[in-house]
Amino acid sequence: MELLTNVLAATVVAGTPLLLVALGELICERSGVLNLGQEGMMLMGAVAGFAAALSSGSLLVGVVAAVMAGIAMSLLFAFMAVTLAANQYAAGLALTIFGTGLSAFLGAGFVGSSIDGFSRVAIPLLSDIPVLGRVFFNQDALVYTSFIAFAVVALFLRNSRGGLLLRAIGEDPEAANANGLKVLLVRYLAVAFGGGMAGLAGAYLSLAYTPLWTENMTAGRGWIALALVVFATWRPERLILGAYLFGAASILHLVLQGLGWKSSTELLAMLPYVVTILMLVLLSWNPVRTRLNTPLSLGQPYRPGS
Amino acid sequence: MLLLERRPVASSVMRWASPLLALVLTVITGFILFMVVGKDPVEGLKFFFITPISDLPGLAELGLKMAPLLLCAAGLTVCYKAKLWNIGAEGHFLMGALGASVMAVQLSAVNGFWVLPVVLLTGVLGGMIWAAIAAGLKTHLHCNEILTTIMLNYIALNLLLYTVHGPLKDPYGFGFPQSAMFSDSALLPVLIEGTRLHLGLAFGLLATVAVWVLFARSFIGFQLNVIGQDHRAAAFAGFRVRKLTWFAFLVGGATAGLAGASEVTGPIGQLVPQVSPGYGYTAIIVVFLGRMHAVGIVAASALLALTFIGGEILQIAMQMPKAVTALFQGLLLFYLLTCDAFIHYRVRLKKAAPQPTSAAVAAAPQEV
Repeated sequence: MELLTNVLAATVVAGTPLLLVALGELICERSGVLNLGQEGMMLMGAVAGFAAALSSGSLLVGVVAAVMAGIAMSLLFAFMAVTLAANQYAAGLALTIFGTGLSAFLGAGFVGSSIDGFSRVAIPLLSDIPVLGRVFFNQDALVYTSFIAFAVVALFLRNSRGGLLLRAIGEDPEAANANGLKVLLVRYLAVAFGGGMAGLAGAYLSLAYTPLWTENMTAGRGWIALALVVFATWRPERLILGAYLFGAASILHLVLQGLGWKSSTELLAMLPYVVTILMLVLLSWNPVRTRLNTPLSLGQPYRPGS
Repeated sequence: MLLLERRPVASSVMRWASPLLALVLTVITGFILFMVVGKDPVEGLKFFFITPISDLPGLAELGLKMAPLLLCAAGLTVCYKAKLWNIGAEGHFLMGALGASVMAVQLSAVNGFWVLPVVLLTGVLGGMIWAAIAAGLKTHLHCNEILTTIMLNYIALNLLLYTVHGPLKDPYGFGFPQSAMFSDSALLPVLIEGTRLHLGLAFGLLATVAVWVLFARSFIGFQLNVIGQDHRAAAFAGFRVRKLTWFAFLVGGATAGLAGASEVTGPIGQLVPQVSPGYGYTAIIVVFLGRMHAVGIVAASALLALTFIGGEILQIAMQMPKAVTALFQGLLLFYLLTCDAFIHYRVRLKKAAPQPTSAAVAAAPQEV
């Protein structure tokens, strides 16, 4: 039981960065914009958060810096993909390549430094629930933030006027524009929200998960998050499940090693990527269902009046 | 107010001016960047762009780095023309290197002219197998190729790491994670005596020409082009989209696999964990920058090869982080896409439009 509780708690921790970045991308894709630059924005968030926290001594400053860095990167993308109507695939790839390079460049001086990251805070009463208390309510502040972010995104999409507008624009920007909605503005906001969440996810990696900075420390999580959004068929409730499922896959090798199962670290490190492909297969084999769920204008640049 | 207006016809001038403009903007940004970090910008740019190619050994190194970029870019061109977003060249490359190395180590005690071709072909096969997985997932299970190829890249990297730490690790290698050195008959011949430039560059140039011929002269190339421009039209025309998708992926896998094989049998001579500094990803930039055209791709691969060497020189001469390379590459792609917008759009100074009166609205013809 003790072991199970610890594994579940570690699953939530490993799933949190995926959840954060995927929630942002979910909103972004619901507006019809596919941003493949998650990895680049996460890395920038991670390095900015770490540098700011290290020099200011405040984790909160670090988190704010990370979110700002993510937003700044996403605005670059929005300028290309929304304003200039560039190919979203290429612009997203550019963002990832650029973010990987820039973060490594800026972070070169911080490799080897370490800070005291976020520590666990038990929520009174709730954390006393057996198993679940330890798993969900004895975590660090950013994990709680991810719960709140999930609730906000889910409620926003389902119950708010803003969510309706966002979905309308993602399905048919032309019609939305004809009805007087500001398509470009909403898309900018959605992309920026995605950037902020990716930055936050990066901060989670460099300030809580492993409180240090190394080049490419996201290790493909931004890409996994993109697959996660497909897996969740653009629905937040499935997204949170998926995030923890992927979190479990990414710590499975630690669990197996802990149980004394002898296998190569490198082979086990493939697991999350293999699981991602298997999930894609499971979810995509029926093209009709995929088409029903995908926001209709996803990936299509739109310019009003042209 | 500045306004973007769609050009009636795409500008062919901008199509070729855009890469040059992007390069100029990248250099300007680099200049500013050097000043910000407190280094001499003129000297920095000189170290980055000029020093590497100022003598014969330098040019040979440039050719050495161009080889894998040309090969990967040739394969990616075939995919991108058909709008198949294969970003798995890195994975194909690694599997090519891995396959070739396994064969080379197996044949380390054998001599003969046939050893090298067998080793290279194993590499090609390795790349093709990796590409075939992505192709099958795309054509039969409808998986998005961007996501599957990137996942396959990570899997390939871990597979390679496993191999050099495990089965292929040199027992006499002092514990380093690397394979034994290959025998001489498994090594590519050097093109210019005294340098490291090897036959791989010839493969790269040949592949570039072959791809040009494919699209300029063959029906398959034409079909791929149609698929890229209008997927539905291709289906209506009765083109076998599935088969052509497989073809594009397999060509991509074969060329990138050959690139990986040439790298281990060329300058390295053994399998090491850092066999690729990201050639497969950089090749994506080469394809976009080179406008998917043979001449452009050769020029673009030379430029991007330069960023690898320039980055190394800056690291040694000016103590800059190695990431300068990736930073320059990212900037270049960014500016390119921005400038590319002006192929289809032009900037207009917009005067405040007069408010249409109700009579004018009624009289105006219905806009389409």
